[in-house]
Amino acid sequence: MLGLSKKDTTFLVVVIFLTLMTPILLQPFPEGSVLAQFNAGYPDLMQRFAIYGIFAIGFNILFGLTGYLSFGHAAFLGVGSYSVVWMYKLLGYNVVPGLLLAVVTAGLFALLIGYISLRRSGIYFSILTLAFAQMSFNLAYSVLTPLTNGETGLQVYTDDPQILMGAGSPNSPHFFGIVMNESAKIDVGGWQFTFNNGYYFCAIIAIIVFYLSLRIFRSPFGIMLRAIKTNQTRMTYTGLNPRPYTLAAFVISGMYAGLAGGLLASMDPLAGAERMQWTASGEVVLMTILGGAGTLMGPILGAGFIKYFENIFSKINDDILHTWFAALPDGLEDAIVFMVHPFIGKGWSLTLGLLFMMVVIFLPGGLIEGGNRIWRLVTGRSRNRNTPGKDAQHHPKPTAHVN
Amino acid sequence: MDALILQFLNGLDKGSAYALIALGLTLIFGTLGVVNFAHGAMFMIGAFCAVAMQSMLNISKVTLDPTKLDFLGNPAQIRTPMVESLFGPELGGSIINWSVPLSILLAIPVMLALGFIMERGLIKHFYKRPHADQILVTFGLAIVLQEIIKYFYGANPIPTPAPDAFRGSIDFGVLIGYAQNTIIYPAWRLVYFTFSAVIIAAVFAFLQFTTFGMVVRAGMADRETVGLLGINIDKRFTIMFGIAAAVAGMAGAMYAPINSPNYHMGMDFLVLSFVVVVVGGMGSLPGAVLAGFLLGVVESFASMNEVKSLIPGIDQIIIYLIAIIILLTRPRGLMGRKGVMEE
Repeated sequence: MLGLSKKDTTFLVVVIFLTLMTPILLQPFPEGSVLAQFNAGYPDLMQRFAIYGIFAIGFNILFGLTGYLSFGHAAFLGVGSYSVVWMYKLLGYNVVPGLLLAVVTAGLFALLIGYISLRRSGIYFSILTLAFAQMSFNLAYSVLTPLTNGETGLQVYTDDPQILMGAGSPNSPHFFGIVMNESAKIDVGGWQFTFNNGYYFCAIIAIIVFYLSLRIFRSPFGIMLRAIKTNQTRMTYTGLNPRPYTLAAFVISGMYAGLAGGLLASMDPLAGAERMQWTASGEVVLMTILGGAGTLMGPILGAGFIKYFENIFSKINDDILHTWFAALPDGLEDAIVFMVHPFIGKGWSLTLGLLFMMVVIFLPGGLIEGGNRIWRLVTGRSRNRNTPGKDAQHHPKPTAHVN
Repeated sequence: MDALILQFLNGLDKGSAYALIALGLTLIFGTLGVVNFAHGAMFMIGAFCAVAMQSMLNISKVTLDPTKLDFLGNPAQIRTPMVESLFGPELGGSIINWSVPLSILLAIPVMLALGFIMERGLIKHFYKRPHADQILVTFGLAIVLQEIIKYFYGANPIPTPAPDAFRGSIDFGVLIGYAQNTIIYPAWRLVYFTFSAVIIAAVFAFLQFTTFGMVVRAGMADRETVGLLGINIDKRFTIMFGIAAAVAGMAGAMYAPINSPNYHMGMDFLVLSFVVVVVGGMGSLPGAVLAGFLLGVVESFASMNEVKSLIPGIDQIIIYLIAIIILLTRPRGLMGRKGVMEE
């Protein structure tokens, strides 16, 4: 179906099912129960899952397939956001023109940056992209203030033209009348499920771009990108010029980032320069690596994982911990709370940093590899079944060009 | 002309910080071949050594003075720092006053130890992994170090004043034959520049004139051969890692009065220092120092109003712009060695 093999079709169907059912699946605990704070089925968070999922999927097309580690993808995210808000200001609150513009401008921007940065590889490429992103960030804060509104951030004012605004059109971002921040709430027993328009808008776009990335992974183009990661020198010797392929991958991932940035502004009509800061670029790197670079599901998992724990972990405080460990003897309870304290609440970044280090050290394949290892343990299948033998001559170790 | 000299001086102190961090980065890169994204965190921890020293010296004994009452009617508390009761108010007071320079005594052992632990405990296992993995793991480490500091010291910058003797400004113009009050320059910044020049000279002298330094340089050129000659090069490289961390730490400790330490100052400097290393040329120590001062000065010139009115916003991007131009036209950087970080 849709040009996919049977296995991939099943995979895609599962992904579609999970995405559409998210508002129910993420709400496993009834309202008012002790565990209700672990529910993640509220619109804002779910939108973030979908949006950062898109961002990470796009980043993965570049990093996962070609091995080029970009530290400047936040620039495209920011450009996307600004484009959408500008369309709000000029045309009106319909998100479609903005999103189209976001993808196009991010693509053009990526073409420019990629054309220059991709002349170098390895660490130089990382630093070049980082330099470009920091440049855009600094410019957005200073000289480009007429375009970006500097520190305040770009937002819609009442005296903006908004020429396509009819009398009856909604006064917040909408998709042909479907207002993003409206949602339907359904109560079933003790559970409350929120079905948010914005989430479903993002989710449908996420499914479409996931399908695209699936096609890219399976296409000859994707194989070419993987060849670049494995051994660029050999590829050059075969008579292929890797540059157009890497540039295409860079532009595609830039467009994904632009789309994600645009969606961020579609959910909340604001755009600020801090979206372009290099910490934001670092975040998408974390997501992709944590989930598993080069795998299809990995980046989405990573994005969901980080955004979920960022929201949930930072809400846990000492009082909640005390209620959890109340069954223990007082001294022990206090000791545990004291030990856990630095890692929760505001200390979430510490936990994230540690976790990230653990993943890079012990599990370079990310959560997906971890899952596979557990699966192999459970099913008892041998790990070395498909790995090549020890004959070094015939299985030379691939030298990654990121060296 | 005097405006130009002033901008030049302004550039020097930032340039000194860039040069010191870039020097450490290059030392680590040249010896161990590791791209260390946690080096900015070393700078930051150094700055917090100054903060720690300041608060350590200010640990006080509280005595109650029943003759005086505070506004609530309780006996007034009189805090005497332990140092003052130990050495007398005169000497003790000046020790507290000089806490920032004294913090170097704290920064060196702390940073050496941290460097050793880092190298032996973590970086060692990453020699054979791709550079991307090294970047990622040190990036994670930087986040962790930064968050630990944030946990203990909070997110706000902590003012750490310089000693009174250097707190004012120097009329630098008079010294080189200009009229009075044309070039006024903060004294501590001159101290910082001198300090960094001394440190840089010491590192170079250490590498150039000691047997240890000679072995390290040989190891940088060809690690394998040095190893074959029966020299334990790994041990020496570990020590160099510690020294690089100490250099960054001292740079940070002395920078504390210029820029009140906060937990993310390391990251801000790191991004720029990487640019500096790339401009200077990966693996070239003189290149790193030269590029550090050069970019510091260029950045300072670009922030002059005359230049800004000509090209608006240039001061924000000049460093990155230079890096991009250098990388594209002279990929090896200003003084890069052949074969470093090339496929």
